[in-house]
Amino acid sequence: MGALKHMLSLGWDEIRETQDRDSMPTLTIALERLHEALEVLKRDCGFETVTLVTAIDHSPNEPRFELVHQLLSMQNNERLRLRCALRGDHPNAPSCTDLWPGATYMERECWDMFGIQFDGHENLRRLLMPEAYGHHPLRKEFPHQGIEPDRLYREWNRERIQRAEAKTSQEGAGR
Amino acid sequence: MGSLKEVTTRDDESGFMATRVNELLNWGRKNSLWPMPLGLSCCGIELMAMIGPKFDIARFGAEAARFSPRQCDVMIVAGTLTWKMAEAARTIYDQMPDPKWVIAMGVCSSSGGMYDSYAVVQGVDSILPVDIYVPGCPPRPDALIDAIMKLQRKIERENPLRRVLEGPQELDESGTGRLDVPANSMVETHSMGTYKTDSGLRTDQYTGRSKEKN
Amino acid sequence: MSATSKVLEYAAGNPGDLTLDPDDPMHGELMKINVGPQHPATHGVLRLSVELDGETILRCEPEVGYLHRGKEKTCESLGWRKFLVHTDRLDYVQPLLNNTAYALSLEALAQVEVPQRAQEIRVLMMEVSRIMAHLIYLGTTSIDLGAVSMFFFTFTEREKAYDLLDAWSGHRMNNSYIRMGGVYADVDEDVASSIKKWLSAFPAKIDEFEKLLTGNAIWNARNRGVGVLSPAACLEWSLTGPNLRGSGVEWDLRRAEPYSGYETYDFDVPVGSEGDCYDRYLVRIEEMRQSVLIALQALDRLEQSQGQDFLLQDRRYVLPPKSRTHDSMEELIFQFKVVTDMQLPKGSAYRGVESSKGELGFFIASDGSSDPLRCHVRAPGLMNVQAIPQLARGRLLSDVMAIIGSLDFVMGEVDR
Repeated sequence: MGALKHMLSLGWDEIRETQDRDSMPTLTIALERLHEALEVLKRDCGFETVTLVTAIDHSPNEPRFELVHQLLSMQNNERLRLRCALRGDHPNAPSCTDLWPGATYMERECWDMFGIQFDGHENLRRLLMPEAYGHHPLRKEFPHQGIEPDRLYREWNRERIQRAEAKTSQEGAGR
Repeated sequence: MGSLKEVTTRDDESGFMATRVNELLNWGRKNSLWPMPLGLSCCGIELMAMIGPKFDIARFGAEAARFSPRQCDVMIVAGTLTWKMAEAARTIYDQMPDPKWVIAMGVCSSSGGMYDSYAVVQGVDSILPVDIYVPGCPPRPDALIDAIMKLQRKIERENPLRRVLEGPQELDESGTGRLDVPANSMVETHSMGTYKTDSGLRTDQYTGRSKEKN
Repeated sequence: MSATSKVLEYAAGNPGDLTLDPDDPMHGELMKINVGPQHPATHGVLRLSVELDGETILRCEPEVGYLHRGKEKTCESLGWRKFLVHTDRLDYVQPLLNNTAYALSLEALAQVEVPQRAQEIRVLMMEVSRIMAHLIYLGTTSIDLGAVSMFFFTFTEREKAYDLLDAWSGHRMNNSYIRMGGVYADVDEDVASSIKKWLSAFPAKIDEFEKLLTGNAIWNARNRGVGVLSPAACLEWSLTGPNLRGSGVEWDLRRAEPYSGYETYDFDVPVGSEGDCYDRYLVRIEEMRQSVLIALQALDRLEQSQGQDFLLQDRRYVLPPKSRTHDSMEELIFQFKVVTDMQLPKGSAYRGVESSKGELGFFIASDGSSDPLRCHVRAPGLMNVQAIPQLARGRLLSDVMAIIGSLDFVMGEVDR
């Protein structure tokens, strides 16, 4: 496996390589050196595309989150998965949007669904849920049916009815 | 289908034709429905199939699908309505001119269907009054055509003249979907029960009607 | 610097202050308009907020999530087996490709092999699905660009395919036909022969579509040179599928990482050269032809493998035949176990398939219990949506419709 050999030759001794059940090479990397590793992989090992950035919630175990990057090198026809553990109370990770702008939406989704902060992300807004939603749905403690799923609609609807009533009373006064 | 003969009697000798205003208006309305296709998900594809060549909804006078709500009178909610989309759906409904009807196409829009999740509205009848529910995931285009025919039968029973003579009435949002009762008379049987949230809200609060007004 | 070049520079992403002379009749005022979420040309519930100077787009920001149904969360509460029906509704114009991607991931995690005949049926199903998905692309994109009759031509063909799928799997859409360990039912000989008949007649229909569009002056004017993607940009923005191949990168998962025995089929991978909307259209047209070829090869193989197993006989993951559960105690127990408590080994797996939109993959992680730990859908459509701002910037508003159409995404998959 070229990527690991290269990393070891650069002195990355702490990296562990395992194979997942789908026999994809997987590197486990400490959070502090994650961005550096991604940079090396892009620069030297030809991983020109990021396939996915997502997370796994291991709650209630600690470290709680596991960040998963999956890279693809089309020139070498090679895939690589990187895993990185994140603490539950402070889930911050470096953004890789400076290396692969394609990760922008993936990281936004990760923030939306898990509440993982990506440092260096230019536009870390929610992707799928409304901005004012207030929960991170894919966290294990979040119930499947949601917590007040209709709250934002209800607020909007109240305003809508008030607007309509104000309009009606205005028309009534005009008549 | 759709012949004027259905609603008129005429006397060829004298050249008179007689009909009732209600029947004539309803006849016109039911045979020229303009759908507002709110194609949200999978059902949208079957909705397109219904407009498309094989099923050809033009046979029932409802082929003029317009994406501009101001021109439409029947809203077909085709697919899963999420809470994020609900505001848009309600706005579109509000923008449609009266008289207007709503068809909930598919189980998602009828009841939330297979999505008992945090993001999905558990039936569009919690935000809109629904006239016809079409089961299926997605319903076949024939089922939707059947819904259009049922809606036509429902329109036949309406009383547009009352509206003209008695002036504009408070908009009824009961959403009954029952065919055997004239529209705009089903306020009391609004029985969708409570919505499953911690807040224990009644669905009425989404339709903007409080219990006292009933 | 003239006002026009100032605006174009701003549109190209160089920030700086854009101060415009309010008395300038051409560039006096910027405009913000909102396209969608209910708009015929956004192919679902996509919303774009567009900042315009006249007709020129300065900023175009997609807003997704209007069809977010919480599928990944649903998987965690439903379990591995029952989530299969939800995969149909991801990209609902190609349910069978989604089924296959999910089934392949589960099989990779469980490390089981699917019988040969099941693989052949899957290939046939996937290629028919790809044709149907491209037909939707062709119909809706051309209706957005004014070629209304194309919609009727493509839907006539789709209806024929629907009838076949109906006879084949029992439903027009959302078939849930491909299961973990194989397929739900064997292919009937009658159905196989009618599929063959339809497929053999289909290339002539593609010629017909091409006659209407390929040389059409309006189609050319609306598509050529619009939405140009360079190969490097495609890689940076994680684009895959026809969008990547339209830019000239020959990357097809059916070739690069063959699954379901694609390495034994004879087919070409079409690539474009310019990377504009027109090239992406040509790539899809050619892909339909290749799909027909692959599907016909699969049909020939199915004739050979008549009568063989189409479903894995592994009672840990696959339901026993219903008839046997009525008179065999063991089978009943197996059925009960699979339905209520199907467990996958601890670990994670990812498998991608070449869907009609790009690389569709499922990343699944299991902790060994019957409750899934994580199921992530790698949606190619989301990446396609992500590319809109880059392509739309500096173009005219009407080009956005061509760009949206040619990037080809389905919101069910984008939002999940």
